Amino acid sequence: MSVLVIAEHDNAQLKVATLNVVAAAAQIDKDVHVLVAGGGCQAVADEASKLAGVTKVLLADSPVLADALAENVAEQVLAVAGDYSHILFASTAGGKNVSPRVAAKLDVAQISDITAVISADTFERPIYAGNAIATVQSSDSVKVLTVRTTAFDALTAAGGSAEVQSLTAVADSGRSKFMGRELAKSDRPELAGASVVVSGGRGIGSAENFKILDPLADKLGAALGASRAAVDAGYAPNDWQVGQTGKIVAPQLYVAVGISGAIQHLAGMKDSKVIVAINKDGEAPIFGVADYGLVGDLFEAVPELATNL
Amino acid sequence: MKVLVPVKRVVDYNVKVRVKSDQSGVDIANVKMSMNPFDEIAVEEAMRLKEKGTVTEVIAVSCGVAQCQETLRTAMAIGADRGILVQTDEELQPLAVAKILKGIAEKEQPELIILGKQAIDDDANQTGQMLAALLGWPQATFASKVEVADGKALVTREIDGGLEILELTLPAIVTTDLRLNEPRYVTLPNIMKAKKKPLDTLTPADFGVDASPRLKTLKVTEPAARSAGIKVPDVAALIDKLKNEAKVV
Repeated sequence: MSVLVIAEHDNAQLKVATLNVVAAAAQIDKDVHVLVAGGGCQAVADEASKLAGVTKVLLADSPVLADALAENVAEQVLAVAGDYSHILFASTAGGKNVSPRVAAKLDVAQISDITAVISADTFERPIYAGNAIATVQSSDSVKVLTVRTTAFDALTAAGGSAEVQSLTAVADSGRSKFMGRELAKSDRPELAGASVVVSGGRGIGSAENFKILDPLADKLGAALGASRAAVDAGYAPNDWQVGQTGKIVAPQLYVAVGISGAIQHLAGMKDSKVIVAINKDGEAPIFGVADYGLVGDLFEAVPELATNL
Repeated sequence: MKVLVPVKRVVDYNVKVRVKSDQSGVDIANVKMSMNPFDEIAVEEAMRLKEKGTVTEVIAVSCGVAQCQETLRTAMAIGADRGILVQTDEELQPLAVAKILKGIAEKEQPELIILGKQAIDDDANQTGQMLAALLGWPQATFASKVEVADGKALVTREIDGGLEILELTLPAIVTTDLRLNEPRYVTLPNIMKAKKKPLDTLTPADFGVDASPRLKTLKVTEPAARSAGIKVPDVAALIDKLKNEAKVV
């Protein structure tokens, strides 16, 4: 039986997370289909059809699906679910919103946030903020999975030419209505997929002071992140939060500035390739995971680093 | 209007759990247990709606072992009017909890169910969405603002890259994100008062729910440890390491 990946997109472009999920799907079965559910999203389907390893693209294009309302998208997935042994979503805000609805309607368990495929029915997933790794086996007929994108290398190969099949879109549930969206405008890369992340913690001291990270992030082409403490204190927006209940990142370089390193934060970044910590407290737990630690005043070190890099 | 708030008893967020040497799970004997932090935010939000006069009754529900009573008493100390314990010693997975909560929702007929977006033990992030699907209700997950009026809930949600606003027709499901509110401190008089509030005890069988786990945990292991690196004396040395050793800049 084939496996189905639910594409993550903004109706114009496929998001990188989809490439990670297709890579995970390919470890389960060679026959990978992608469902693009959206509004005015033909270009996304065309993009998906070119991915190596994708054998078919299902396109459900309707105003009812344009704003990715969970009720409607879940129904669209359920309309084709019977053809698949596995249904995979990215473990992003969008994927996590829809996937449990699909699992519940199929009366199957969902396996959240998988970090490894052991076999077609057995997967690894982190629990307790990544302080333990559980290997779980599902006996359900369909496996509904969300995939931790940082655990699977994104597909790089293109060159596929899958057939795009149009589906009849589902009807609107009529119970939820999209009223608006405020997306932060930023020229920086998206946090979840960035190759360099500069994060600030409570040590930064204020929202105003957070700007000290800008020149460094500019120099490195980095996304900006924050610890929960910094978000809670109002220094940084919530969608910058890296950690157990925020975003999980694994960039090539992670620079932690004024972050002490609570286990919940480490859960979100400890798979980064190189970790740099700058903190005035030499005993801070962040130094326990940092490749390079600099004990000192961040207000001196960060500008100096930005200038001299 | 009634609001239902499910609350989960979990290992306190300050505890660093240890994996058992036989790999059967994590050792939670003798560790501090608390209410899941996101559920505390859910109880607080229900109380704020009650204090505004939108809500008349707040019912806390917990599913699990007998000690979940303590979690319910905490919810009632924050202000919930009564508690329902669905007691079982069996391991409960999100689908089973959603089915039990569906049974309670059908009996109690709440207009709104507010849940934490995820529990900090299994990190599943499923129960609210599953419950919404089983009930056929609309959902707004990861809420940072909730307004209820005229049979509708206007909810601001945290999404990747920003915020989104949805209008749900009640009855509906909301799951909480961190910034929704800051839960109040529980005071001693309220703890005493909570002891006298009604608490019903039921079982999964009362709702005809087969709560047996669907996922089998084969083993639980320690994550690969990351060892500490080195401390560098100054920024110049850091730049040198990043350029010439790690080669990441």
